[in-house]
This record gives sequence, structure tokens and C-alpha cells, in this order.
Amino acid sequence: MNTPAGNGRRPYMRSMQGWWRRNTFYVEYMIHEATALFVAAYAVVLLVGLVRLSQGQAAWNAWLAALRSPGSVVFHVLVLAAISYHAWTWFQIMPRTLPPVMLKGKRLSAAAITRSGLAAAAIVTLMVFFLVRGLWA
Amino acid sequence: MSINLKRSNAPVFWLLFGAGGMLSALVGPVLVFITGIGVPLGLLLPENTLSYTHVHALAHSWIGALFLFAVVALFFWHAGHRIYHSLHDLGLHPGAGAKLVCYGVPLLATLIAVYALASMGYS
Repeated sequence: MNTPAGNGRRPYMRSMQGWWRRNTFYVEYMIHEATALFVAAYAVVLLVGLVRLSQGQAAWNAWLAALRSPGSVVFHVLVLAAISYHAWTWFQIMPRTLPPVMLKGKRLSAAAITRSGLAAAAIVTLMVFFLVRGLWA
Repeated sequence: MSINLKRSNAPVFWLLFGAGGMLSALVGPVLVFITGIGVPLGLLLPENTLSYTHVHALAHSWIGALFLFAVVALFFWHAGHRIYHSLHDLGLHPGAGAKLVCYGVPLLATLIAVYALASMGYS
């Protein structure tokens, strides 16, 4: 019999089919990885917007009109949910992706890093929102 | 003893992934709300928020152009890198083709963004 090893052995290979459904930890992992699909989709929307903007006012207004369609609004509600979940998990993981942060000779705790990240996101969100509203209102 | 270590390009892609992940975590939700929900529905924001005059002025200023460029390009690089590694998690063992798509599309998007912004000029 032909085998990968070529010597008649048939080593047991555990199937990878659906491995991530066996454990809620892995399910969460796959969901936060899947948020990348929504980030990619939104990046495409923004890139098209940028190109339409460079083509002039009529092209830009057509892009704005497309964003007003019910399908687009529903889609963006889904994107908002996914990208918010990405933000949440990004800061949950940050204590493990960041090198140790020292503060006054002591290592900053994981919870403090996550809290700082979430606080920064909240501040930036409010800043961008009120900047856009104030500048152009 | 001499060790010939081949320089890896992985840190570059990881850096772009990390920068895009951080930027999308910080400004992603509010941008999606502004462009996709708030302005189209006239919710919490005036309808002329994204008027051509306003957004063109933003793209025309170098700081605004830099922000738009960073958002578009880094979101692409973040997503491409994450999708590429998720293929492995799904047991698809991506080859050169998958790598070409996952990193080629962000590269193409980066070039298109540069072209679109440059064609509008700077003030």
C-alpha cells in the first residue's frame, strides 16, 4: 500500500475537520479571526469611496447614494458589530501581544493593559465623532 | 561558527497586521457608524456631514490624506494577514497562491489609495 512514509506504515492522522467546534475557547477564537472578513469588506467600501471622491462630485454623490440603500445599512450594522467585537478582543489579547510594560518598577497587570486599551478606544471614538460633527455641522 | 540566517519578511507583515489591528480597534467602530449608518440615516449626524466639499477638503489636506491612507491601507493589510493565517487554522494549508491573494490585494489597494489621493493634490 502506498503511504506517505512509503514503508507500509499507516500512521493515524487526526482529521482537522471542524476542530474548532469542539471547544468554546476555539469557537471564540475563530469568531474573532472571522472579524477580518468584515474589516476587509469595509476596507473595500472605503477604497471605492476614495476612488469615487477622486473622480469628482457626481461620482462621490453616487457612492453616498449607494450607502443609503437599505441593504447597505443592514450590511454596515453587521460590520459595526463585527468590528466592535474585533476591538473588544484586540484589547483582551493585548496583554499577551505586548512586551511587558513596566511602571515605577512594577509590571503593569493584564487587566490594566486591557482597561487602558478600551479607554483609549472610547476616547478616540468620542473625539472622532465630535470632531466630524463639530467641524462640518 | 557561522550561521547564515535568511532574513525573514514575517516581521514586516506582522507589523502591518498589528498597526491595522490597533487602528481598526480604535477608529473602526466610529468610522463604520459615521459612513455606513449615521450619515445614510441622518442619525445623530447632519446629512451634509460627508458632503463632497467637506470630504474633498479633508482628502486635500496632507494630514487628512495621511489619515485616510492609513485607514484604508492598514485595514487591508490587517485583514489579509489574519485571513491568510486563518486558512491554516482551517486545515487548508495555504500555498503560494493564497499568499499572493492575501498580501497582493492589500498591496494593490495601497497603490490605488496612493493614486486616488495623489490625483486630488495637496494643499
